[in-house]
Order: sequence, then C-alpha cells, then structure tokens
Amino acid sequence: MIAIKNLKVNLGDFLLHNISLNIESGEYFIVVGPTGAGKTVLLESIAGLYPVLEGEVWIGEKKITGLSPERREIGIVYQDQALFPHLSVEKNIAFGLKMRKCPKHEVRSKIDTIVGIVGIAHLLNRSPATLSGGEKQKVALARALVTEPKVLLLDEPLSALDPETRERMQEELREIHRRIGLIVIHVTHDFEEAIALGHRVAVLNDGCIAQIGTPEEFLRRPSSEFVARFALTRNILSGRVVGAENGCTLIDIGGIKVRATMEASGEVRLSLRPEDILISKEPLQSSARNCFLGVVSDIVHRGSVIYVTLNLPPDFVCIVTRQAFDELELRKGLEVWVTFKASAIHVF
Amino acid sequence: MSIVFIVLGAVMLLFIVAPPLKTVFSSSPGTLWNTLLEEDVYSSILLTVSAALTATLIGLFLGVPLAYLLARHQFRGKRFLEAIIDVPIVIPHSAAGVALLFVFGSNFLFGKILNGIGIGFFRSFSGVVIAMMFVSVPFLIDAAKEGFKAVDVRLEKVARTLGASAWSSFFRVSLPLAWRSIFSGSVLMWARGLSEFGAIIIIAYSASFLGWNPKVLPILVANRFDFGLEYALPVAAIAILISLIAFVGLRAIAYRGEKA
Repeated sequence: MIAIKNLKVNLGDFLLHNISLNIESGEYFIVVGPTGAGKTVLLESIAGLYPVLEGEVWIGEKKITGLSPERREIGIVYQDQALFPHLSVEKNIAFGLKMRKCPKHEVRSKIDTIVGIVGIAHLLNRSPATLSGGEKQKVALARALVTEPKVLLLDEPLSALDPETRERMQEELREIHRRIGLIVIHVTHDFEEAIALGHRVAVLNDGCIAQIGTPEEFLRRPSSEFVARFALTRNILSGRVVGAENGCTLIDIGGIKVRATMEASGEVRLSLRPEDILISKEPLQSSARNCFLGVVSDIVHRGSVIYVTLNLPPDFVCIVTRQAFDELELRKGLEVWVTFKASAIHVF
Repeated sequence: MSIVFIVLGAVMLLFIVAPPLKTVFSSSPGTLWNTLLEEDVYSSILLTVSAALTATLIGLFLGVPLAYLLARHQFRGKRFLEAIIDVPIVIPHSAAGVALLFVFGSNFLFGKILNGIGIGFFRSFSGVVIAMMFVSVPFLIDAAKEGFKAVDVRLEKVARTLGASAWSSFFRVSLPLAWRSIFSGSVLMWARGLSEFGAIIIIAYSASFLGWNPKVLPILVANRFDFGLEYALPVAAIAILISLIAFVGLRAIAYRGEKA
C-alpha cells in the first residue's frame, strides 16, 4: 500500500496541504478536481519531483519521502504522454530498463511481455511523431510499466483523446490494471471518468482534499456543496426545516415542502441528483414521498440523454432518455408530475 | 503593397550581398591562391579559425550549463542576469577590449592568477581567444537557452521516474533534444569570433599592427590596407570566403539535422 501522511508542498503561489491518503495494494484510486486544484502537483510530489515541505510518503514499510525520483519505483504517465521524440517506440520503452541497468537479455523479454499486455508490438520501430493519441498513450503506459513500478501515476491520461478513443482506453486501462494489479493513482478533472474507473475517489479543491469515498458515496452523500456540484448534482437548493412528518424531515425550499429522510434543523442546503427524479403525465403510485406538479421550462439535448428543467417552483433539472422524452411528448410549457424519494434528498 | 515590399527587400538584399560578392570577384582565382600560400596569410587563417574554435569550445563548456539554468529556473534577478549576458553584444568592442585588459591584464586580478599558471593574454593566443569569446558567447548562450526552453520539462521528469539521475536526464534527454539550437548558437559564436577586430586589437596586440605575429584575419586585412586597397583586397576576399563556406556548411548540417 501507499500511505501519504499530512503532505504539504509549497510552490510559492500555490500550497498543497493536509493531504492524507491510504491506498491499498491493487487499488485503482482516482484524484479528481477542477483545473488548478493541485492534482498534478500532488502526483509529482508523490513521484519526488517537488520537494515536500511537511509530511511523509510510504510505500509499504519503506519511507520514500527523502528519496530522489529515480529511487522511488514510481512510474508516471502524463496527459500528453511525454514520449522522448528523439527515440523510437522501442527505445522509449527500453529507456527505464537501461537506466536501471537491466541485463540485455532481460530487456528483450520484458519489452516483449509489456508490449503484449498493452497491445503495441506492431509499433516498436515507429517514431513517436507518427503515432495516434491512443497509440502514444499505450506506449507511455508500456514505458512506465516495463520497469515494474510499485505505484503508477496517471496524470489526466485520457483528456487529450477523442471521445471514442477515450472510452476504449478506459476499458483498456481497467483491463491492464486487472492483469498487472499494481496501485494506480489516476488524476482527472472528469467526474464521470472518475466514477467509471475508480475503486475510490478523492476530490481535491484548492490544494486540499474535500472528500474521499467510493463513487457511490460521492453520488449519494457529497460532503459539501462544492463536491455535490463537482459530482454533477445539478439540483442544489436552500431551504428551512419546518418540521417532521411520518419519520421524514419537512423542508420548505421556497414554494414547496419536500420530505427528506435525513435529520436536519434550521437553514439547510440540500442536493438532489437529476437521475433520481421521475417525470410522468399522471401522479405515480409509488412509495416515493415527494410528488409535485410542475411545468417544463427548458429542454437541453445532450447526445443520448436530455436535460429537462421543471419549474415547481423552484427549478429542478432532471435527466430523461430519448425514448422517455418521446413517449411523454415533452415540450416547454407542458404540465407534468415530478416524483422523487425522500432518501434521494441529501442535506449538507 | 507587395510590389513595394519586394522592391524595398531587394534593395536591402543587394546592400547585404553586393559588397562581399564584389570583393570576392575583384581578385582572380590565381591571385587568391598565391595570397593563400603567403606565410602570414595562412598563419593568420590558422590562428583565426583555431582561436574562434577554442573560444566556442570554452563557450560551450561554460555557457551551456548557464543556458540550462536560465531556461529551467525562475529566480529573482533573472531578467537582469539575462540582460547582463547580452551586454557584450551592445558595447563597443574596442571598449570591451579595454575592459578585458583591466581584468585579464598581467597587473590585474584574473590576469595575475592566470599568469601565475603560465597563461598570459597580452600578445598571445589566449588573448585572442578571450576577446573572441567575450564578444560572441551571448549568441551561444541565448540560442542554447531557447533550445532548452523548447524541451518539455516533463520529458526530464519522466526520465527521472524511469531511473535516470539528474545528470543522465540532462545528457540523454535535454541535451540531445536541444543540440540543434546549441549547434546553431555555436556556429553563430564561431562566425562572430572570426570577424572580431576591436577587442582583439586592444588585448592581444595593444593597438600595434606591427606587434605580435601572426595576426587574426580582420587585423591582417586592416594591416594590409595601410599599404593600399589592392594589397588588402585578396586577403579580404579570402576572409569572406572562409566565413561564408564555413557558415553555410555548418548551417546546412544543422538544417539537415532538423529535417531528419
């Protein structure tokens, strides 16, 4: 496992602080955050590329905080791959083995093994300049993995790829991780990528960790409004607890009173994920405790799904499939029933 | 507008090309060959070329590390330091010669130390080298700095995580990727060194054309001009030809490397 204890890194105009993480062997860990949150600084600090002001980094029983990058056994892959342009693909992959003075006969067999796993045997004689984005990413992965690092750091490895290649690479990353089974710390600004790949996720904001948890915890129990917004929870509202009813907390959100299973009092902020809202032409016969009549006020097509804004008031955004959209004959100004469970309401 | 610009550009090109061409073609090949065989001429060529080469090699050894530091690090006073490096380009070269004499003359600080280990600068090869180096090394440092800046720092970081020490990362990644800029800068430095007159005449010849022999090519040309244009013309033509052939040849090597 890798343990990061109270890490503090000062870059003059940026401070990374209070970073504590325990990542288990074989875990695929995602660090997600907006641009400028300190994701790359965190990775490069773990790799030993930035001096640490305070705190410690351990891999297993070995403290590596004071070690130079070449002695940490940590591999890194950057967003733009950073392949050595003056070396062929094969020499790029062999670089780390050469630096670590690996015997020549082992170099060959290690390269053959890793290019087999990553699926780039046909690219060995090519120059990096002639490769596509996805191919470059695989070469960078092979180059990092061939030295058998204990931890692999991925710095937004899919951001520069087109959507189709990105999706394919997500699958391949998952498969490579399954076969090799080392610790991966993957940073991204894309929350959907984070929940698709990560066993656990940490949200980084302004140089410190806002929340650590499983993807499910981020979706259901964001710890703050920032995390909820980052986790694409589109409905974040202010309200006031006005009482309790049948085991639920009754919250006035300025127009309607919603029921939540979470206990709360006074002024509150609450969130409701768009995919937790159901729309129907008639009131639904279900166990859901919140059912209101609303008016469609906006419709935004986003590829395979459609974002529909409903005014109850206040405004709620929900996601419907194209099929549901057609069946409900949704259009602006249409009155529809809006239903969601009391447990779908999360109070901060 | 394009036609006006073409005409103006052509006038500028003519201004650059006409004097050296006229000089080169004013002497017959036979005259040039006979001049080349004169002892003071070929000694002068050897001295000029070897001194410029020595200056360039020292410039590479001391200037490339400085260029790398300037390209990779931010620190207070960096802009000031960069301006200081370019100072030799802008100060009059005879003044540069006087300034060098004040530091490397046998009565002054560095001069005393280096004289103590047998390196004198007055009327010597070392004096020529140091004068050439002073006036031309900014070209090398600036080119190398731009070359290193163009190398993505993440390539060095990746190399470090792959097991390369800081030295290995420099020699296996940064230097090979910046070599074209460094080579171009070296060519510029060497070529600029070849043509130096003002600083050399102060530090190495102490204002006397008739002092130490052999003379570097620019001084030999000026020396012969004292005896008439006809006497100076073949030497000037040879100086221009050597500079042109070497400069064009070396630039072609750098260009070929760039294409490859």
